[in-house]
Amino acid sequence: MSHRHDRLIDVPGLARVEGEGAMHVRVRDGEVEDVRLEIYEPPRFFEAFLRGRRHTEPPDITARICGICPVAYQMSACAAIEDACGVTVPPGIAALRRLLYCGEWIESHVLHIYLLHAPDFLGYDSALDLARDRRDLVERGLALKRTGNDLMEAIGGRAIHPVNVRVGGFYRAPAPADLAPLRERLRAALDQALETVRWVAGFDFPPFHHDHEMLALTEPGRYAIESGSVVTTGGCEFGVRDFERHVVEEHVPHSTALHAHLAGRGRYLTGPAARYTLNHRWLSPLAKEAAEAAGLGTQCRNPYRGIVVRAVETVYAVEEAIRLIDAYEPPSSPAVRVPPRAAVGYGATEAPRGTLFHRYELDADGLITSARIVPPTAQNQAAVEDDLARFVAGRLDLDDERLTHQCEQAIRNYDPCISCATHFLDLHVDRGATAGGVTGEGREAPR
Amino acid sequence: MPTLAVWKFASCDGCQLSLLDCEDELLAVAGRVRIAHFPEATRASEPGPYDISLVEGSITTPGDARRIHEIRAMSRLLITIGACATAGGVQALRNSADVAEYASVVYARPEYLDTLATSTPIAAHVDVDYELHGCPIDRGQLLETIGALLVGREPDLPAHSVCFECKRRENVCVVVAYGEPCLGPVTRAGCGAICPAFRRGCFGCFGPAETPNDEAEAALLRSAGMSGPDIEQMRHLFDPATEPEGATP
Repeated sequence: MSHRHDRLIDVPGLARVEGEGAMHVRVRDGEVEDVRLEIYEPPRFFEAFLRGRRHTEPPDITARICGICPVAYQMSACAAIEDACGVTVPPGIAALRRLLYCGEWIESHVLHIYLLHAPDFLGYDSALDLARDRRDLVERGLALKRTGNDLMEAIGGRAIHPVNVRVGGFYRAPAPADLAPLRERLRAALDQALETVRWVAGFDFPPFHHDHEMLALTEPGRYAIESGSVVTTGGCEFGVRDFERHVVEEHVPHSTALHAHLAGRGRYLTGPAARYTLNHRWLSPLAKEAAEAAGLGTQCRNPYRGIVVRAVETVYAVEEAIRLIDAYEPPSSPAVRVPPRAAVGYGATEAPRGTLFHRYELDADGLITSARIVPPTAQNQAAVEDDLARFVAGRLDLDDERLTHQCEQAIRNYDPCISCATHFLDLHVDRGATAGGVTGEGREAPR
Repeated sequence: MPTLAVWKFASCDGCQLSLLDCEDELLAVAGRVRIAHFPEATRASEPGPYDISLVEGSITTPGDARRIHEIRAMSRLLITIGACATAGGVQALRNSADVAEYASVVYARPEYLDTLATSTPIAAHVDVDYELHGCPIDRGQLLETIGALLVGREPDLPAHSVCFECKRRENVCVVVAYGEPCLGPVTRAGCGAICPAFRRGCFGCFGPAETPNDEAEAALLRSAGMSGPDIEQMRHLFDPATEPEGATP
């Protein structure tokens, strides 16, 4: 069947990912010649228009990069600006930040597990279709997700683009009575999260293994979320201030996301699987037990099992939120002063999708003179393309429709956030028989 | 059953996420409308025409400027959702800048980009039937609008200012009590006055109210210690249509 040796597959508009992109696959003489993730999310130029703004503004402005993980942007921005200004927030404020971040991990992970990813394993087009057959499952997911959102609303004022975060801390610290009702909800959420781990652990995971270097923040004594230093599976260890010495970005023609590499080492992966592989010893006993029962070993190198890691991290985030609420005492002041100075500051935190790095350069008046943001999806793009090339090579006997569907699933394994990447999926597979090459314009038809 | 389509332009996905964030109502909504096109939620897509199109995001590329006309032609009612779609969004900060210079700051190879010099609201390109403001939109307003249209009445979308919501919520006025700069008097209601409830001045993410008194607002902000350029920057963030005031303090 010659058309299977030279072919072009085209998936316009990858569904159930955050943001917009396409995938091109070119096959010649039965060999995968090229796989490219095309990110056509329009450029929004955040790093350019941050210049000239006050040092107090990046938490509000950079939150708007992503509606799914705004807290990650706010936390990395605060960390970087406080670093520039030589300010360390007191433990009470840091704990409240971690609690808010737990809310975002729960909301974002559960969105991906139930609404974006699980339908692939169960043969549905969407969670809404799944709900027609198994309403109880979808309702469990929505209830769990809502607990994450409610936690964010209690601390941040609202779940999407919270208003209560500022450089130096918060505008108003919640009263213990504001958090008390959430504690009971989180107890119920813990059961839902554990049921979620057992549920997804039973999915059928196609065999696939990668050997990419993996990168995450790490912090002794606890699972790194809002702070830590950088560590990789290849043995690199460096502080956040040295991030740009070790991670280099390049601009490729087919993407408005910049591709990141580890200098002198090449592609790498960040995200839940990286965190689990590097930091699982710091999970809580209950989360570890759930991971073990779900069949996760000491590392996770099958991207399909990412859904299990997200579920385990959800258990952790729920437990951690309960612990933080139990220990909560309102800080004496909701924020510390952060007087500006002419300096460069660096910040990185673990967004639900991986390490999110910010750098700001300030002048003496506190105006931003340069800004740089390295989101997780951009860091992962090269590794994901490499995985897809191997994935497609093993499945060239499939017809275009099935191959396309399976490629989409493979991509959703990584929970790419294309809005974040700013900068992500139509699938175009060029098998050579129907066209001379990959078309440059990824999208003409309405999506 | 009426059909619903959700479309995305330049945006953060937060406003369409608001629909998935209606955790208690999502399955009920899905029982009353047929979700015919919503890529963030489903890979199934039905061809138009559609009864209701929700449009998120602003127009920033030549391709998108063409695509919105195709969507308008397929939609009986077109509703823009959020600050990007209704006003251009924070990315409209480029409108008063040199976008080529912007591209060179962010991207090593700006020639790979296909972008317009401006980020413009959907209504600048096609007729819009209803607008939901906010960064992000309010879930309650989204449900109110879909619900009203399903029963054939006009949605109740207030055009008055955040000040009214503050009073209804019994917030302490952050300007009077704490001297915090606040855009509440000139900002469209809809959020429920969240910021003042957190002892923070409104920063205008729902855009201007219907008849804002800009001069009185400027005086109020100056009394709270703000200078002209800072006032301009604060008002500009979610209201790119605001004419720069110049350097006068």
